[in-house]
Amino acid sequence: MQYVLEIMIPMLEGTAVTLQMFFITIVLSLPLGLLLALARLSRCRPVQSVVGVYIWLLRGTPLMLQLLFVYFALPFVPYIGVKLPDFPAAVLAFVLNYAAYFAEIFRAGIQSIDRGQYEGAKVLGMTYIQTMRRIVLPQVIKRVLPPVSNETITLVKDTSLIYVLAMNDLMRTARALVQRDFSTTPFIVAAVFYLVMTLVLTWGFQKLERRYAAYDE
Amino acid sequence: MEMIKAENIWKSFKNLAVLKGISLTVKRGEVVAIIGPSGSGKSTLLRCLNHLEVVSKGTIAIAGETLVKTGPDGKAQYVHDAEIRRICRKMGMVFQQFNLFPHLTVMQNIMEAPIVVKGMTREEILPEAENLLKKVGLLDKAGSYPCELSGGQKQRVAIARALAMKPEIMLFDEPTSALDPELTGEVLRAMRQLAEEHMTMLVVTHEMGFAREVASRVIFLDQGEIIEEGTPQAVFGNPAQPRTRSFLSSIG
Ligand SMILES: Nc1ncnc2c1ncn2[C@@H]1O[C@H](COP(=O)(O)OP(=O)(O)O)[C@@H](O)[C@H]1O
Ligand SMILES: [Mg+2]
Repeated sequence: MQYVLEIMIPMLEGTAVTLQMFFITIVLSLPLGLLLALARLSRCRPVQSVVGVYIWLLRGTPLMLQLLFVYFALPFVPYIGVKLPDFPAAVLAFVLNYAAYFAEIFRAGIQSIDRGQYEGAKVLGMTYIQTMRRIVLPQVIKRVLPPVSNETITLVKDTSLIYVLAMNDLMRTARALVQRDFSTTPFIVAAVFYLVMTLVLTWGFQKLERRYAAYDE
Repeated sequence: MEMIKAENIWKSFKNLAVLKGISLTVKRGEVVAIIGPSGSGKSTLLRCLNHLEVVSKGTIAIAGETLVKTGPDGKAQYVHDAEIRRICRKMGMVFQQFNLFPHLTVMQNIMEAPIVVKGMTREEILPEAENLLKKVGLLDKAGSYPCELSGGQKQRVAIARALAMKPEIMLFDEPTSALDPELTGEVLRAMRQLAEEHMTMLVVTHEMGFAREVASRVIFLDQGEIIEEGTPQAVFGNPAQPRTRSFLSSIG
């Protein structure tokens, strides 16, 4: 117990890094994913294909590879090459990757809405944007909550990949303590921390789902 | 005043010609019923009038304003998008499948378009929305979601929702076909009341009783062509065309 208290400070610092990664990624990747989904469904063929290739690339290669690419290889790419510090590099990789997954979830959600909803809105005089904002997307949210909740919980754990950039998140902190003190306790403490974070998220999504349960399709 | 004037409308899906030179005029206050076998193009005709489908060629004018005309190249030439929306707003439409918005309550379904499209405030539209709900007998359902209503109630909400935009013309596409037989009466009553208030109506229907009693004119459509047109007495009592006769006898 004494030992647990001793390692609490570094563990909490690690958790702060994990949570920062998590929140920034969610806040940026959800809207980006929605934009990508709308682009994927646009009538403009070239836009569709570009987004299709983007999603294929980001879902088709390991997130770890993307992380390493953004940090180590991006600086050498002609024209767009920039050398990013570790935290922004990690955020960029996570946002690009998760936006691709969210895009597919939103695309499927938008396509699951009956054509009659668009027609009902159109004959009332709504424009495409009004129809999406007021009629389609609110219904999409209800339908995509379960898969979005899944991805979100996965993200909490995926943030541990940033250890490859030597960032001291919860996971890497725990591992360093285990190696320093020859005790597995930090792993157990880390597991508890992750569980608490995912539990809070699970609750949050349950609450949202209950709120949207007010109506059936 | 010609509220709907369609001339020589052609419409194909890929190679399938669905409307083959339809011409149709509906005057203010008229109730025109369109009857015909399934697949004859009744829905497509209605949907072409309010731009849910685009015509291949032909002319459509709504309350004197041209929506589409045949260009010099022989193809349909529509006015620009904002004009299309403005002109089509003169028409309300009621669908077979209701198409209510499931995430909104009955009251919200009715107020949504006036607020979003016309920029009205909630306070401005509320009395009108309540009146409409009262008119279709559903004021007590204002706070319900569509999933909590019967089919007949849903369709009456759909009618009220369309009327909230103050259309000059109402299009109905088989409004009672998705309903259990015992629920059609309440919807037909709401439509009859609308006809008595001199709303201009174009109604695709299988309810021959309704067409006979309420319509000022009946149009029989078959295979994308208008075969016969006249007063209900003429079309039902003494059809001139063999195809009309066989259709009427087939439906009993
Ligand atoms: N979106 C579409 N794509 C292809 N064919 C269609 C489409 N809509 C209707 N059709 C065809 O057009 C014909 C007329 O359909 P419709 O207007 O719905 O007939 P009705 O309403 O009289 O039953 C049918 O053969 C139907 O299969
Ligand atoms: Mg039809």
